[in-house]
Amino acid sequence: MPLARTEFNAGLRASLPLLIAIAPFGLVTGVAMAAAGIPPLEAMAMSVLVYAGAAMLAAVQLIAEGAPMLVVVLAAFVVNLRLFMYSASIRPYFTGESLGRRLVVSYALVDNPYALFIQRYGTRPDAPGKFDYFFGMSIPIWLCWQTTVAAGLVVGNQLPAAWKLDFAAPLAFIAMSVALLRDKPMVAAAVSAGATAVLAHGLPLRLGLALAATVGIAVGVLFERFSKIETK
Amino acid sequence: MNLWLVILGMSVATFGQRASFLLLPERVQLPAWLRRALHYVPAAVLTALWAPELLLQNAVLSLALGNERLLAGIVAIAIAWRYRVTFGTIVAGLAALHLFDWMF
Repeated sequence: MPLARTEFNAGLRASLPLLIAIAPFGLVTGVAMAAAGIPPLEAMAMSVLVYAGAAMLAAVQLIAEGAPMLVVVLAAFVVNLRLFMYSASIRPYFTGESLGRRLVVSYALVDNPYALFIQRYGTRPDAPGKFDYFFGMSIPIWLCWQTTVAAGLVVGNQLPAAWKLDFAAPLAFIAMSVALLRDKPMVAAAVSAGATAVLAHGLPLRLGLALAATVGIAVGVLFERFSKIETK
Repeated sequence: MNLWLVILGMSVATFGQRASFLLLPERVQLPAWLRRALHYVPAAVLTALWAPELLLQNAVLSLALGNERLLAGIVAIAIAWRYRVTFGTIVAGLAALHLFDWMF
């Protein structure tokens, strides 16, 4: 079997455990979009074109509140700032690849596959078959995401509001954020950002989110610096 | 609000963020300080998204027992912290919300 094929298959296999984590997010996102009154066609278009769960959940909450267009797009941009980091960190592995392949990687660059890819190739950026692995990994993940969003849309449109499924979106954010809290600077960043978001809630144009992100980042960086000085 | 324009704007922004460094020449690097700052973005932003949903009731800070969403959120945080499971966190949080709603 040619190497490209082996790596593609390895990518397919590696993606399977991730589907368990992706499916609930897809479902919750679909349900949230239905609850926000987004029609199925627009919802699926967003799911395929944007293909970024957390940003979509955040946008959907704002759309439901009737926020201005630019505010929704800006909120999605803030939520997705981490993608700059992924793009920069994965670039060395794909510099030799064609533009078309780099565009495919750009489209499919989402959290879990990114982490898995770096895990596999982190110490050998020159290994062959990297694109095939990434591509193989991305296909089941993409399919799983789109089908579970569609399922969520169907379910969400049928369940009554009494089920309080609108609360599923904040719960998904809780699951995502708490999983990241591995050290003290990260906890400090999260807590300060959360507190800022609550206190700055009254600011116009959802500036509270951008302000909370700024405060959280500053607190995290400062905390990191001070704890390093302490341990010296 | 034109939903299609929002979708277009979000698509362009998100794709631009992902493609940014993958398409830029290699001499354009992410400065170390910016990399360190971006490291804290997910935890900060994601927490900022749910904190007001739990702590505010009709745009007013509420730490009362009657705030079922806060209580259910605390249950969800505990589950997420202890077990690190996505689906379990969502199910437990929704179940807790219904339980507290019924109790208070």
